[in-house]
Amino acid sequence: MTRTRLVEIERDILDKNNGIAANNRGLFVADDLLVFNLLSSPGAGKTTLLVRAVSELKCSRWVGVIEGDQQTSNDAKRIQAAGVPAVQINTGKNCHLDAAMIGDAYRRLPLLSGGILFIENVGNLICPAAFDLGETCKIVVFSITEGEDKPLKYPDVFAASSLMVINKIDLASLLEFDVGKAIEYARRVNPKIDVIVVSARTGEGFAALYAWIDRQAGRQRRAFEDKGR
Amino acid sequence: MHEMAICLGIIQIVEEKVHERSSSRVRSICLEMGALSHAAPEAIRFCFAAAATRTVAEGAALNIVELPGVAWCMSCSKSVEIARRGECCPCCGSYHLQVTAGEQMRVKELEID
Ligand SMILES: Nc1nc2c(ncn2[C@@H]2O[C@H](COP(=O)(O)OP(=O)(O)O)[C@@H](O)[C@H]2O)c(=O)[nH]1
Ligand SMILES: [Mg+2]
Ligand SMILES: [Zn+2]
Ligand SMILES: [Zn+2]
Repeated sequence: MTRTRLVEIERDILDKNNGIAANNRGLFVADDLLVFNLLSSPGAGKTTLLVRAVSELKCSRWVGVIEGDQQTSNDAKRIQAAGVPAVQINTGKNCHLDAAMIGDAYRRLPLLSGGILFIENVGNLICPAAFDLGETCKIVVFSITEGEDKPLKYPDVFAASSLMVINKIDLASLLEFDVGKAIEYARRVNPKIDVIVVSARTGEGFAALYAWIDRQAGRQRRAFEDKGR
Repeated sequence: MHEMAICLGIIQIVEEKVHERSSSRVRSICLEMGALSHAAPEAIRFCFAAAATRTVAEGAALNIVELPGVAWCMSCSKSVEIARRGECCPCCGSYHLQVTAGEQMRVKELEID
């Protein structure tokens, strides 16, 4: 005779990923690393933005990049051409990076102590929001060709991100994009989100982006010192 | 398709428990899903049967308890229910909301033989 039993579980469905992400985060903190997980729709300009940013940031600190795409290593090659180490992850049928993939890729990069690791997630505004990779924070890149109401259509990614980078502002005169409205919509889903407007093509706005990165570094250092006390 | 990844996460948790209890059959799985979580219950129901094929969870009933989204309105200082992100406070119309509950996706309990 079998007997039916009720078993209490109470576990987060993404527990396994979250555990590996916590492990990654421990490694990143031990290496005194800032880690930014970049999310966007395909073509918003993540790789173009990273090529410009790493070319300039590599003069003052260690920089590395993990590139996620379903196929090809084109993006990693674009980063390597800028003189910065990059590892490509091909997710195949998967539409997002997960924490285990990042743990493996991180081992294939040189030591970046005190520097910055950028992760370019798969171009997709839906599920990358659900998968913690162990990053310091998420950054959503949103280009002005996508329409002001993207944050309302895909709120999860905007809710999960600390910074929204509005890209391709060089096209503003052609597109009648209302930056104020885009910011208002983003703050409806995330009142605390920071906003920086840039052009990865011309470099406009990048000084503000580097200042923002420096503020995150300062914040991380203070958190670390507070913990040490 | 992250619903598939989520279903595989559910099955992994179920398999672990079933092994621990040396059981062989799962009758039902109870999930708790918040309205502001990363997946819709319909999508999970749709994927689950395929994901469970030839696993211990094959044929198990999936019961999903849906929980409301809750936010703290920083304008009128009240806790309010919202159906999705980007909605305004139902009391004062402000968008200055901080989500406080309804983001969970949990395996709550199992019925096993
Ligand atoms: N006009 C303009 N085009 C851009 C800008 N940033 C990227 N692009 C173009 O947008 C396309 C997609 O860029 P890419 O960096 O590959 O996007 P990703 O898919 O997010 O990595 C390319 O043709 C880029 O040249 C920008 O700031 N201004
Ligand atoms: Mg790219
Ligand atoms: Zn996905
Ligand atoms: Zn209110």
